[in-house]
Amino acid sequence: MVLLTLMAIITIGIVRLRNLFAVVILGGIYSFLMASVMIVLDAVDVAMTEASVGAGISTVLMLGTLYLTKTEESDPGHSPLLPLFVAVVMAGVLVYATIDLPPFGLADNPVHTHVAPRYLDYSIEETNVPNVVTSVLASYRGYDTLGETAVIFTAGIAVLLLLKGRRKMKPGPKRKRIRR
Amino acid sequence: MRLDVIFRATMKIMMPFILVFALYVQFHGDFGPGGGFQAGVIAAAMVILYAIIFGLDAAKRLAPPRLLELMIPLGVLIYTGVGVICMMLGGNFLDYSVLAHDSMHGQEYGILLVEAGVLITVAGTMTTIFFLIAGRGR
Repeated sequence: MVLLTLMAIITIGIVRLRNLFAVVILGGIYSFLMASVMIVLDAVDVAMTEASVGAGISTVLMLGTLYLTKTEESDPGHSPLLPLFVAVVMAGVLVYATIDLPPFGLADNPVHTHVAPRYLDYSIEETNVPNVVTSVLASYRGYDTLGETAVIFTAGIAVLLLLKGRRKMKPGPKRKRIRR
Repeated sequence: MRLDVIFRATMKIMMPFILVFALYVQFHGDFGPGGGFQAGVIAAAMVILYAIIFGLDAAKRLAPPRLLELMIPLGVLIYTGVGVICMMLGGNFLDYSVLAHDSMHGQEYGILLVEAGVLITVAGTMTTIFFLIAGRGR
């Protein structure tokens, strides 16, 4: 509860601030709080990913991007009323949907009765891997993890394509002039 | 004289530990939290820290960009390669049980190889993106 309150405060801070440097740092803190929430929920694997990717790498990359651009957020130039309306309606729909959710942590929730018992009962027998998260990730759901790896691959290739050929535009016109 | 002696000395001491921690997270992922993704990010974080303290050129000598760019497709190749080998040995795609004489060992080898593929792609991608963004401003 304390963590969630802190996260709400940070979110308000992120919305209010115009200085993007502070926003990036607050985003990192938000990720760390999220990682703490995941630890409270006993999801250490997710917490580790959130702390290293959300708070670590993405903060560094955001700061690197800030170095290349301006650190002040520009004025949006339109009234905030329509986005606010969309956000409020969306939040209302989501809150309405949570009413239908089964109570948190109940043993006979659908999520615990579908495939989870199968994984928990047979993971050691079938894969000899004590950490069920790893066996689900790499073996039972190997296709999904392959897809995730492909997503990272795509991201890397996309950034390479966009940023690798730098300063090629500047010498271009000069060469043409020489040929003329 | 440079004024960041403490940073430099600390980084030199910390580097092997960070790398060992990454490898621990990688290979202990079967027993505790962690796996290829987290280990890859930790390894990339080590290079990024090195770049922040010693400069981009020193970091590029530590981790050559050519090698990193090769790592991006190599990891995916290892992952799919394991899947294809499984098919060649008579199983389904990514069905590791056929990799060894019994299915349990096969699963273990399969998971190990696949996680190594994830590690290679993630570490390569993260470091490459950082190098590109950091190198662009100069």
